[in-house]
Amino acid sequence: MGYKTIVEDGIDVLVCGAGLGGTGAAFEARYWGKDKKIVVAEKANIDRSGAVAQGLYAINCYMGTRFGENNPEDHVRYARIDLMGMVREDLLFDMARHVDSTVHQFEEWGLPLMRNPKTGAYQREGRWQIMIHGESYKPIVAEAAKKSADQVFNRVCVTHLLMDEAKENRVAGAVGFNVRTGNYHVFKSKTVVVAAGGASNIFKPRSVGEGAGRVWYAPWSSGSAYGLMIGAGAKMTQMENRIVLARFKDGYGPVGAYFLHLKTYTQNGLGEEYESKWFPALEEMVGKRYLDIEASHRTHRPIPTCLRNHAFINEVNAGRGPIHMVTMEAFQDPHLEEIGWHNFLGMTVGQAVLWAATDVDPKYENPELTTSEPYVMGSHATGCGAWCSGPEDLSPPEYYWGYNRMTTVEGLFGAGDAVGGTPHAFSSGSFTEGRLAAKAACKYIDDGKGEGIRVSDAQINRRKEEIYKPMEHYKIYRNEITAGSVNPNYINPRQGLDRLQKLMDEYCGGVTVNYMTNEKLLHIGLKKLKLLEEDLEKVAAENIHELLRAWELKHRHLTSEAVMHHTLFRKETRWPGYYYRGDAMRVDDENWHVLTVSRRDPETGEYTMEKAPCYHLVEDKPEAAAA
Amino acid sequence: MPTFVYMTRCDGCGQCVDICPSDIMHIDPVVRRAYNIEPNMCWECYSCVKACPHNAIDVRGYADFAPLGHSVRVRRDEEKGVIAWRIIFRNGEKDMNLLAPITTKPWGKHIPQLADAPAPSQEMRDSEYLYNEPKYLRFDDGGLHTLESAGLKLKTGVYE
Repeated sequence: MGYKTIVEDGIDVLVCGAGLGGTGAAFEARYWGKDKKIVVAEKANIDRSGAVAQGLYAINCYMGTRFGENNPEDHVRYARIDLMGMVREDLLFDMARHVDSTVHQFEEWGLPLMRNPKTGAYQREGRWQIMIHGESYKPIVAEAAKKSADQVFNRVCVTHLLMDEAKENRVAGAVGFNVRTGNYHVFKSKTVVVAAGGASNIFKPRSVGEGAGRVWYAPWSSGSAYGLMIGAGAKMTQMENRIVLARFKDGYGPVGAYFLHLKTYTQNGLGEEYESKWFPALEEMVGKRYLDIEASHRTHRPIPTCLRNHAFINEVNAGRGPIHMVTMEAFQDPHLEEIGWHNFLGMTVGQAVLWAATDVDPKYENPELTTSEPYVMGSHATGCGAWCSGPEDLSPPEYYWGYNRMTTVEGLFGAGDAVGGTPHAFSSGSFTEGRLAAKAACKYIDDGKGEGIRVSDAQINRRKEEIYKPMEHYKIYRNEITAGSVNPNYINPRQGLDRLQKLMDEYCGGVTVNYMTNEKLLHIGLKKLKLLEEDLEKVAAENIHELLRAWELKHRHLTSEAVMHHTLFRKETRWPGYYYRGDAMRVDDENWHVLTVSRRDPETGEYTMEKAPCYHLVEDKPEAAAA
Repeated sequence: MPTFVYMTRCDGCGQCVDICPSDIMHIDPVVRRAYNIEPNMCWECYSCVKACPHNAIDVRGYADFAPLGHSVRVRRDEEKGVIAWRIIFRNGEKDMNLLAPITTKPWGKHIPQLADAPAPSQEMRDSEYLYNEPKYLRFDDGGLHTLESAGLKLKTGVYE
């Protein structure tokens, strides 16, 4: 094959994936590494890549300590409750104590943050959210990353991490290919910050045909954060903790501003409030620790996202759908009406397209809501990702091995979706995590930990062969058939993705089975995933674009396998409304108040699972613990 | 199909190809103009629509749930720092114009060049501070929160 091999040597910090996490890492790395070589590899164009490509209308993680609003520990408690206790509180506290400095810089760079004219503070949408005009959020942070980086390689899809051959379990860079030229890119680097995305499109979507693109998380979020790190043997955590979103039907337009700022609310098809009637049984199922209706009324303690989903799902199953968002009251106020539309245009234009297409004017009609297919990611109300070290001054011994946000592979760091146990980071928190990872990576280098890395030509050539195999495979077998896409020797990436989505849906708790699974189903699912893995060795790519899809699929497959193993391991239903283990329908704090940690052996593909202790912030003085 | 390209307006300049996050805007080798090669991987994110210098790209809602006959058009102006939207309903009864700022500063001028910033001291390196901290945390004398300053500790097991 006539593709060139382009080697970029002597890199200090390589950033894989330039969304909010990656731009944060690239930006900050320059400060701590004045003379270091900082390189970014991004499979699209950094100006419009990642989950924030089309913009955001809110920054969902801002403490407002400056305005006397919240402290980091308040946010930790919020994320803890929302995730039914299963979070890394050291990492959360660390992100929360830095996130405001990130947001203040964004404002200085020109991101339009709305202000409350009365108080002068940022306009709050909710306790943690502030409102912005964020259409250009991504181009603005991209500008910052570009100023700091020595070079940004756009359109380079990173497929694998390189491993050091001088020292075991140490990263040595990454490889990938350019989706335009087809050239093979080798990045030899002392450290790698994986800031690639979580995974959409691994569970069968509700939409069919064209609408499969209107997924909640971006269709280009291919689980590469997990695919890359799992492939390198990094330990992962909380991969079972997929998320299901209650959103406007079909367009998946966001509901946050509607609930929090516009004060719209939901009701069933009969026009009744429905949530509260499901709560007594749910209280029984999860225990008072996680759902205490009286306490929630008294203290405004939030009800976990998954439990609200549970009420939604059950109400619909009881035959009282559809669930509506009551917008007709709020939208009579022209100011709120405008905000409602801007909210979509700033981050989910497709929902505005849909309402225009179906003549749904929320001023005169209450739009329908739905619950989405599951997604695997780590920065919204869910915490999938790598098992990472916390910072020195916060983390207990089990959570600390020297460098903040470093995975269990030396020199390999994570940010954003890549880091496990840190939900509710959102855009600002992901950028902040990138900054934290970059500082730690520079320290790792300054401490001499990246010295003497050796990458053999054999490793580079082996990966090259592997990367282009789908194109070779196509060339060999294509002419065995007359025309079309049916071939006994290969499947194309779309066919592989369809198979993955169907089996994840049916065996791992997708929409068509009402988010239900059990041990037997998961075992079958794992078997089918293995067969798919074998067939993925025979995936065929007709051109470079299909080669991109083939590698995205392989990353999605690795992600899915981890999700399946983790779901099997955790024998309880920790997050009703995200998924149900039909054979263990309760929260089981006695056995499962722990974080799940996995490792896939890169040589054998075998998984090992373990439990890690779950630490919580408590008051230093026991008498104050009631808070 | 999400995005599509008007034959008479596209000149094949490739701006959409360059910006598309999903790598689905390509140039057709026969007509030498752009088109969406993979509509079911399109997020309707409008990145290409905004980038097109000839307003040649538009969006038709996903065929599996959006009826024909609507319009959501956009013009983004980096110089003026604004974005203008027009939404027209299928039945023509609603026709909305919406304007929003996209930046408050001249493009890229207020983002620091960190290579030129004073180098951090060893003390700063050994601390938990990031660039611009502690100043940017609160713009007063407030420092970084620690477990000690918050009167907290981490304890394993179920919390009460």
